[in-house]
Amino acid sequence: MRPIWKERPSPGYQAIKALVLGGFALVIVIPILVVISTSLASDRDIIDAGGYVLWPSHPTLKAYQTLFGGGLMGRAILVSVFVTLVGTAIALAVTIALAYATSRPVLFGRPVLLMVLFTLLFAPGIIPMFLMVKQLGLLDSLWSLILPGALGAFNFVVLRTFFMNVPGELLESARIDGASDFTILRRIVLPLSKAVVAVVGLFYAVGFWNAFFNALLYLNDTSKWPVQVILRTYVLQGKSLSADQLGVHPPSQPQSLQMAVVVVALVPIAMVYPFLQRHFTKGVITGAVKG
Amino acid sequence: MLKASARKRQAKVGLPLAAKWRRDWQMVLLMIPGVLFLLVFFYLPVLGNVVAFQDFQPYLGIMHSEWNGLQNFVNLYDNPDFWDALRNTLLLAAVQLLLFFPVPIGLALIVDSLVSNRLRRWFQTIAYLPHFLSWVLVVTLFQQSLGGAGFVNNLLRHAGLDPIPFMTNPDTFPLLVVAQLVWKDAGWAMIIFLAALTTVDVSLYEAAAADGAGRWRRMWHITLPSLRTVIVLLLILRIGDILSVGFEQFILQRDSVGPGAAEVLDTFTYYAGVVGGDWSSGAAAGLAKGVVGALLLWGANSLAHRLGEPGIFQRRGA
Repeated sequence: MRPIWKERPSPGYQAIKALVLGGFALVIVIPILVVISTSLASDRDIIDAGGYVLWPSHPTLKAYQTLFGGGLMGRAILVSVFVTLVGTAIALAVTIALAYATSRPVLFGRPVLLMVLFTLLFAPGIIPMFLMVKQLGLLDSLWSLILPGALGAFNFVVLRTFFMNVPGELLESARIDGASDFTILRRIVLPLSKAVVAVVGLFYAVGFWNAFFNALLYLNDTSKWPVQVILRTYVLQGKSLSADQLGVHPPSQPQSLQMAVVVVALVPIAMVYPFLQRHFTKGVITGAVKG
Repeated sequence: MLKASARKRQAKVGLPLAAKWRRDWQMVLLMIPGVLFLLVFFYLPVLGNVVAFQDFQPYLGIMHSEWNGLQNFVNLYDNPDFWDALRNTLLLAAVQLLLFFPVPIGLALIVDSLVSNRLRRWFQTIAYLPHFLSWVLVVTLFQQSLGGAGFVNNLLRHAGLDPIPFMTNPDTFPLLVVAQLVWKDAGWAMIIFLAALTTVDVSLYEAAAADGAGRWRRMWHITLPSLRTVIVLLLILRIGDILSVGFEQFILQRDSVGPGAAEVLDTFTYYAGVVGGDWSSGAAAGLAKGVVGALLLWGANSLAHRLGEPGIFQRRGA
C-alpha cells in the first residue's frame, strides 16, 4: 500500500529502479543457472553450444553418476560432510556454553568476555596458527579443519546478546526451585532460544562447508581434501583428474563434470538457504546493533 | 586500615571469592572449553608471533631457534616483493572502500522505496544468496562466466568480436575484485541498512511531505541522517579489516593474474612463510599487518567517538 503522502514515481525513475534491481538479480541468477544446466547437459549439448549450455536439450545425470561413482570426489564429499556436521556440533556446544556463562554477572565472567572480544581486534596470523596446528600434531588430520573454527566471535556475540535478554526473573525463580545452572541452560534458556541457536548453527555449518584455506594450509594428503579444494584444483585451476583418481574414465567433454562439482559445492547451501533467510535477518541485527 | 580496604573491596565485588565460587562454579565450568579454545587457537598463536624476531628453524622449534632482533623486519624493508604486496593491499583496500561501500547503501535505498512487498521479498531472496557461497565457488562462477572460455567470451566470439581477458588482466584486476565483492556481498551488506531504515519514524516523512519536501529532500534530510550511525559503524569495521582485503579471493586468483597485481600482505605471508619456508619473514609481515590493522580499527573508532557516534566497543550491559 502506498502511503498517501508518497508521490507516485515518474516512469523514468521507475524504469531506472527496475533496471538496477532487475539487472543485479539477473547477474546473480544467470551464472548459477548456466552452471546447473551445463552439469546436466550431454556431450552433444556442450559441443552444440560451444561450451556452456543455457538449457540442456538432452538432460542427463551422467556427470553426477561419474562423480558419485567413488574415487576422489566421493571421498571429498564424505570429508566435507563429516567436517561440517562434527564441526558444527562442537562449535555450537562451545559457543553456547561460553555465551551463556558470560551473559550473567558471574565469577570470571567479565575477564573471559574481554578475552573473547579481544579476538575481534586482532588475528594471530597465518604462520603462528600453522605452527600451533603442527605442534598439536593435527597436520593432515581432519581435526585441523574443525578445532580452529570451534568459536566464532561474531556468533558468540549474537548468542550472548540473545541470552542476556532472557528475563533474569525466570532464571531466578528456577534457581529458587533448586535448578542448577546446567539445568537452567538446558531446560529454560535453550528452549527459549531455539531459533537463534539454529541460525548460529547454520552460520557455523555454512562456514565449515565453505572453508577452503584451512584445508590448503593444513592438509597435504589429497585423500583428505574437502569439496572446496577439489573445486579449486579441478575446476578453477583446470587440472584434470586422472582416471584412477576419479575412479572412472574421464569424459570427452569435461565441462559437465566440472559443473557437477560446482553444483555439489552449491547444493547444501541452497538447501539450508530458505531457512537461513527466514531467520538470519533478526540474528544479524541483534548481534550487530546491540553487540 | 587493611581491614577497611578489604571491606571496601568486598563491598565493591559483593561476595567473598569462596562464596562466589560456590554460587558460580557451574558457570565457570561452562566457560572452560571456550577459554581453552581461546588459549590454544588464539592467545598462544598470538605469542607465537615471536618467531618474527627469530631466525626460526622448524626442526629447532620456537624454544631453540636463534633470536635475531629486528633483522626480519629489516629484511622485509629491503624486499621489493613486500613493498609490492603492501602497495597492492592499500590500493585494493582503497578501491574496495570507494567503490564497494556505497553500493549496498544505494541498493537499500532503492529496495526501501519499493512499495510492493512481494517484489521486495523476491529481490532480497536473490540478493542475499551469494553471501553464503564460498569464495572458491564465486571465483569459479566468475571464471566460467568471464574467463577465456567462459560464456560471455563465447558470446563475443559468436558475435565476431575479440574476447576480453577479464580474469587475467592485471591492470583491471582491482575492478574485477570489486565486481566479485559486489556480486557476493552487496546484497548481504544491504540487510543492515534496510533494518536501520525500518526504524525511521514514518511520521517524519509524512510531516516533511506535508511541508512540501520532495522525494530527494526527504532522502537527504531524513533517510540519510538516520543511517549515519550504521554507516559509521560499518565503515569502522571495514577499516579495521582493510588490510585483510579478502584473502581467499586473492590466493585463488594469484595464479591467473600474477603476483604483480594480486599479491597482498596475507598471500605474501603464506607464500614466503609456508610455501617458501622463510617462516620468520612471513611471520614478520603477518605481525606488521595485524598490528597496523588493530591500530587502524582503534583510530577509526576513536575518530567516530570524537564525531559523537557510538562506534564499536561500547558494549551495553557488558
